Amino acid sequence: MELMNTELVDWSRAQFALTALYHFLFVPLTLGLSFIVAIMETIYVKTGDLKWKTITRFWMTLFAINFAIGVATGLIMEFEFGTNWANYSWFVGDIFGAPLAVEGILAFFMESTFFAVMFFGWNKVSKGFHLVSTWLVAIGSNLSAFWILVANGWMQYPVGMEFNPDTVRNEMASFWDVALSPVAVAKFLHTIGSGYVIGALFVIGISAWMILKGRDVLEAKRSMVVGASFGLLVSIFLAVSGDESAYQAAQHQPAKLAAMEGLYKGEERAGIIAVGILNTDKKIGDDQPAVYGDIEIPYALSFLGYHDIDAFVPGLDDLVLGNEKYGIEGAASKIEKGKIAIEALQSYKDAKKIDNKIAMAEARKLLDEYMPYFGYGYLEKPTDIVPPIALTFYSFHIMVGLGVWFIILFLIVLYLTMANDITRFKKILWLSVWSIPLGYIAAEAGWVVAEVGRQPWAIQDLMPVGIAATHIDAGNVKISFWLFAVLFTVLLLAEIKIMLRQIALGIKGGH
Amino acid sequence: MFETLSLYALQVYWWIIISLLGGLFVFIMFIQGGQTLLNQLSASDDEKTMLVNSLGRKWELGFTTLVLFGGALFAAFPKFYATSFGGAYWLWLGILFSFIIQAVSYEYRKKEANLLGEKTYETFLFINGSVGTILLGIAISTFFSGAAFTLDDNNFVHWDVGTRGLEALMEPLNYLLAFAMYFLVRIIAGMYFLNNINHEPIRQRTRAMIKRNIVYFLPFFLGFVAWVLLKDGYAYNPETLKVSLVSMHHLMTFLEMPYLAGMFLIGVVLVLVAVFNSVFREKNCCIFTVGIGTVLTVMALLLNVGLNHTIYYPSTTDMQSSLSIVNSAGSHYTLTAMSYASLMVPFVLAYIAYVWHAMDRVKITEEEITSADEHHY
Repeated sequence: MELMNTELVDWSRAQFALTALYHFLFVPLTLGLSFIVAIMETIYVKTGDLKWKTITRFWMTLFAINFAIGVATGLIMEFEFGTNWANYSWFVGDIFGAPLAVEGILAFFMESTFFAVMFFGWNKVSKGFHLVSTWLVAIGSNLSAFWILVANGWMQYPVGMEFNPDTVRNEMASFWDVALSPVAVAKFLHTIGSGYVIGALFVIGISAWMILKGRDVLEAKRSMVVGASFGLLVSIFLAVSGDESAYQAAQHQPAKLAAMEGLYKGEERAGIIAVGILNTDKKIGDDQPAVYGDIEIPYALSFLGYHDIDAFVPGLDDLVLGNEKYGIEGAASKIEKGKIAIEALQSYKDAKKIDNKIAMAEARKLLDEYMPYFGYGYLEKPTDIVPPIALTFYSFHIMVGLGVWFIILFLIVLYLTMANDITRFKKILWLSVWSIPLGYIAAEAGWVVAEVGRQPWAIQDLMPVGIAATHIDAGNVKISFWLFAVLFTVLLLAEIKIMLRQIALGIKGGH
Repeated sequence: MFETLSLYALQVYWWIIISLLGGLFVFIMFIQGGQTLLNQLSASDDEKTMLVNSLGRKWELGFTTLVLFGGALFAAFPKFYATSFGGAYWLWLGILFSFIIQAVSYEYRKKEANLLGEKTYETFLFINGSVGTILLGIAISTFFSGAAFTLDDNNFVHWDVGTRGLEALMEPLNYLLAFAMYFLVRIIAGMYFLNNINHEPIRQRTRAMIKRNIVYFLPFFLGFVAWVLLKDGYAYNPETLKVSLVSMHHLMTFLEMPYLAGMFLIGVVLVLVAVFNSVFREKNCCIFTVGIGTVLTVMALLLNVGLNHTIYYPSTTDMQSSLSIVNSAGSHYTLTAMSYASLMVPFVLAYIAYVWHAMDRVKITEEEITSADEHHY
């Protein structure tokens, strides 16, 4: 295995980031709006009130416009591991492919089959069958999110596998360890939570706009009640699942957690920086301040990371240079061990060629011992384990700040719709409208934290991105990057234009 | 249950599933075929809308089958996934781009303010139906003609030509399967329309279309079959796993496994019977006959290239790097786990069939397409 040139790796990463970020502009609304629509249809079926049917069909129309482009941008995600990360796909395909296939069998067919009933079945199947179909679309899309996040969670925290030196790949040893890994479960809950919140923001934002324009006010208010009550519940759920995600990062990806907080020197009773400006001149191990003008919430980081206010949270200095007092091994030593593992693999292959069983067994023993450090062997220097700090830090703080704002917004909107007359509160209505893009910013920022924050790893500790990419001339990836950029941007613009027109037509305006 | 099977038995089981999915995918590609016929089979805007809506209720099934095909290959034959997708980069990206533009087209075509205009989305559908189908045919044909790759001692792929998959377009023999598929999916689309749309002018045009397309289909299909059966095939020695060329290996496989040959022949006959019934006896029921025929034919071909110690993805530059179901499959554990997941497949097929039946009980008519109370594409 050899490190690929940085240009190729960077373009491959850029393409994956581009396609994934685009895809995630559409996924959350599918996840969230599908449930909201199902709730609305349930109210219609229970009450028989045709107004609810009109409301359901309006939101369903917007759902379909978004769903189509979500499907379009999702296709490439299924194949891009192969096209651009071929070495990765071989090295861990025995584990990583399974959740993708299960996703196809269990979730995608459910989604696509019942989607057709949901849209074309109003006059073809019974009311009950139709309602069940709508719910199955919601369940199907959330199931699909589960399996793909199992796959993602595994990259962040590889479990349930064994390395096989004969095939030079990792092989699955426990399906359930992979599927029910705590990182995967936390990721799933937090990600669907973000989808539900975006769904709710979308509904209250568009309803607010309709009220402001004086269109379909009754239907818009009803939509707002559903959106805000769902939103309040799920935004609190989002905060709780975010806490669990941070806890998991502390256990398995301490460098990510340190970067999220700009923490260089580890400390006990570490606080969280609520606001602050990162000192970008700071280097590992120097004495400069890490953050300027910060306002800190005391003890919070220790509690977030370890559920113990006294806990020691290692900083980037500790992780790179090591910290004997707290028993933290430095990156230099891990790199050495990684190199031993790589050499042992080579010795194993050499011994196998000449069929020297004793040498094979010796090499195997050494390899098994040092395998947990395998990926480190490909790093050039200890500071390579540090992810891009500024991007991770600011993305994390934007995400958390917005998350807090959403809880407040849902609380206010719910109170005003239930106990007062929301139509009189123009400012709140405008805030609701402008919170729609904020939801997307928060969700994308969350993915930046998750994926940029785990650099340089394609698979935590096992495989850096420089080894994982497909062996190909960078020029090819540059071209495909721009093809995707242009195509997805055009499709996004089309989607937004169509969506805005449908909204302008109003809830009763037609489909 | 699956734990007790040998690794080889699991590999065979998964190749059967892949072959079944391949067969189902080629069948459901009638959607692609239909997308090339929108102008040809319609004389008015309403008629075209009927065709689009007829396909529009099924397109996602095809899309999903493609995605599952990718996922199943990744899980069960990860070396193929890594080697072919990573290696034949532009061939696969070309296919994917053609499906990406398909996915938005049904929903956006008739919508107001759709940025690109109705014609563009119809062109997208046409490109997906024509270029997409032909590229896929070429990609599948490389199972027989091979590709230029070498696997290193880590099993990482190195593509030996800079064109990254586009070189398959330069091999004329690959076009035999590509065009056979192109005309076949148009024929199946015709039978789907006959069954799904209750509108006489469209039905008449469709029957004439099927008649023409079977004439185009047969030479390409027979040419492909003749090429495959008569060519040297790549095979591996089950003991040493060494790969070598064997004269007429695919023909020998059919002869050694007569049930495969039988499956192939029954499949072809069913397709021809369906064509005969649609064109000459003016029946509208033949979508299922042609469907079963297509699945059987494609399955038999894929089983032929996977079983009997055959190489299913030959390397033309380093023969020993070639892929067989034995050297490219997942581990015993993973194949076992995935086999349990595969038990869901009949259940999935059952609810698809049920929903298909429930939704297609009422055929598409002009009244429905012009009704304001319906969701339309």
